[in-house]
Amino acid sequence: MLRRSTEAERKPMATPPDTTNEQQEAPEATVSPLFGSCPIPIFEHKQIVLGHGSGGKLTSDLIDKIFLPAFRNPILDKLDDQAVLTIAGARLAFTTDSFVVTPIFFPGGNIGHLAVHGTVNDLAMSGAQPMYLSAAFILEEGLPVDDLRRIVESMRSAAESAGVQFVTGDTKVVDRGKGDQVFITTTGIGVVPPGVNISADRAQPGDAILLSGYIGDHGMAIMSQREGLEFEGAIESDCASLNSLVAAMLATPSATPDFLHCLRDPTRGGAATTLNEIAKRANVGMLLREQSIPVRESVRGACEVLGLDPLYVANEGKLLAVVRADMAQAVLDQMRTHPLGKEAAIIGGVVADHPGMVLMKTEIGGTRVLDIMFGEQLPRIC
Amino acid sequence: MKYLDEYRDGDVANKIVAEMRRIQTRPWVLMEVCGGQTHSIVKNGIDQLLPEGVELVHGPGCPVCVTPLEMIDKAHAIARRPDVIFCSFGDMLRVPGSDGDLFTIKSSGGDVRVVYSPLDCLKIARANPAKQIVFFAIGFETTAPANAMLAWRAREERMTNVSLLVSHVLVPPALEAILASPENRVQGFLGPGHVCAVMGYSEYIPISARYKAPIVVAGFEPLDILEATLMTIKQLEEGRAVVENQYSRVLNQTGNLPAQQLIGKVFEVSDRKWRGIGTIPLSGYRLREEIAAHDAEKLFDVAEIVTLEPEICISGSILRGIKKPHDCPAFGTLCNPQHPLGATMVSAEGACAAYYAYGRHLKPQGADALHRIAPAAVHAAPVNGGRA
Repeated sequence: MLRRSTEAERKPMATPPDTTNEQQEAPEATVSPLFGSCPIPIFEHKQIVLGHGSGGKLTSDLIDKIFLPAFRNPILDKLDDQAVLTIAGARLAFTTDSFVVTPIFFPGGNIGHLAVHGTVNDLAMSGAQPMYLSAAFILEEGLPVDDLRRIVESMRSAAESAGVQFVTGDTKVVDRGKGDQVFITTTGIGVVPPGVNISADRAQPGDAILLSGYIGDHGMAIMSQREGLEFEGAIESDCASLNSLVAAMLATPSATPDFLHCLRDPTRGGAATTLNEIAKRANVGMLLREQSIPVRESVRGACEVLGLDPLYVANEGKLLAVVRADMAQAVLDQMRTHPLGKEAAIIGGVVADHPGMVLMKTEIGGTRVLDIMFGEQLPRIC
Repeated sequence: MKYLDEYRDGDVANKIVAEMRRIQTRPWVLMEVCGGQTHSIVKNGIDQLLPEGVELVHGPGCPVCVTPLEMIDKAHAIARRPDVIFCSFGDMLRVPGSDGDLFTIKSSGGDVRVVYSPLDCLKIARANPAKQIVFFAIGFETTAPANAMLAWRAREERMTNVSLLVSHVLVPPALEAILASPENRVQGFLGPGHVCAVMGYSEYIPISARYKAPIVVAGFEPLDILEATLMTIKQLEEGRAVVENQYSRVLNQTGNLPAQQLIGKVFEVSDRKWRGIGTIPLSGYRLREEIAAHDAEKLFDVAEIVTLEPEICISGSILRGIKKPHDCPAFGTLCNPQHPLGATMVSAEGACAAYYAYGRHLKPQGADALHRIAPAAVHAAPVNGGRA
């Protein structure tokens, strides 16, 4: 088989490849001469690849090109992790999330814990008190009933500790090989207290950025289990419901009104991707200090070995908060009194410079830009 | 963290840079050979700390980058076969061939798996006796021992369903090619620490002497790179050109002899094509005739696949240190990690990909934001020690 560039491969792309990086010049003008003899095709994905679910650039491509054009409305356009709806005078937070993790049991939890914590946290990130959940199960033929029982028991205890109840649900079974043991979708609803107004677009220059604890635990726990990697000192998932931590933060003593501007739980794509989303939504810059970002030694070591960056590794029980500067220390102190915020830290601040971008001062004294993740993080060769 | 923070200390970094300033009398162009070093330089912003006139250019030491497009097409042809489980290191999955990458092959039903150790292929082979397990054995001398071990174990255990698609390259011939080029700008090298941990550094002594270029074998942490840069500048300023070892906590002149013996049992030196550079004589490994039963290129009908490299992409010049990513009009716009146009954008260790990953394609607004925040905050105490 002799391969040379074909006409089809040489054809310039219809759209510029990178939607996040606004180009000044018209793409056509630069494309043609550059690709005249290039046999490497630039391809738009014709099929879904795993990276479309990574929470990074490929995921936002899907949202921007497929979902938003179909469903567009002012509430959805905010693209927060939850919708805040005013219904009959009450402000309700509403969200949904699907869970497809492999393995379904992992150090520190299982898919059932995640299904509760994930949805509770999406509600809590609006400042809402989560109230009710639904659960839909897609079960693969052959799943041991004991496994399902364990998962459901975990959901029960997680819901109990988060103070929420399952009030409706659904079950479907698919042929063996058509699913992967169990997929769970949970939907949640909660009430936003009066006076609380938390949204990604509210970050302002001068605000402090707080992180509730060690990053990367969940992603590395899953990876070590999935890939059969053994690291010294087991890494456990951090999966936890954060609503009580949020409630504690909102109850910070002698708080000035409206001090808490943004809350996000950095799940897929990690802390770096989440901060980028806030920076872009609020059109502000961010400057982090690498040394102040808490990373557990075992996670840092495992990331070094695999060539991964903990800032892009998923968390399931951490939050990032953007807080008015004069309240930062008080909120930090308050977080540290909570079991889920003991290792909380102020990791940087919001700035007026470089809007839409997150910069980090490295340990050694250099500076780098933290961009959003573009697909799956892949282990490096050496 | 033990043995990491020690090599990332900002105060020590400042002292090393101050010493560079003290001894430097003229501009120097140095090349870090390894992709891992490039990655570390850009990730930590080490180049921002260097005195003006000390320029680091990025070398050919990214194994993913230099794997020829033709070899990627061969890998993809094999990976598409229904009777094959194709195993690869993670960062090869995103490398596009002429038609898609391994991710798209996987999404179309191909069985493509990421392995962390080549030996994982043996487990996969035992669990799937009806399938052919093919490992994409790429890399420099660093990955050669582990890849050789897979071939050797497959042979010893008479496994009939394990083979390797080999595209191994060697550092010393690439350095010679760079130094011999009339366009060469490189005056000294930060040598490849991990490669020398396997091979030792005797091979570099004649190269350094012949071309009068200092070679300082260097590690990968920020202070390793800064110290090796200082050592190289010192040699240049003093008019010396020898091989020195900055990475002595890891390697010595002889290297890892058992690893070298294993490589010798499995591989023999051969001519190799380098992506972006072309064929360099005696610059790689191929499987020895005794291992032919595990040679995927022979087992699968892929010898006929010939793909020509793009002429326009400047990655060849980048890999030889003649140009930098910013010199390419497509960098960061038409060429990015999602849509790489050439060698140096495809792997995290490629110079273009490293520049992209650490935001060098973005221009922070607020004038010289990157520089402005650099010096002042070096000594800023962390609000929280954070790290365990």
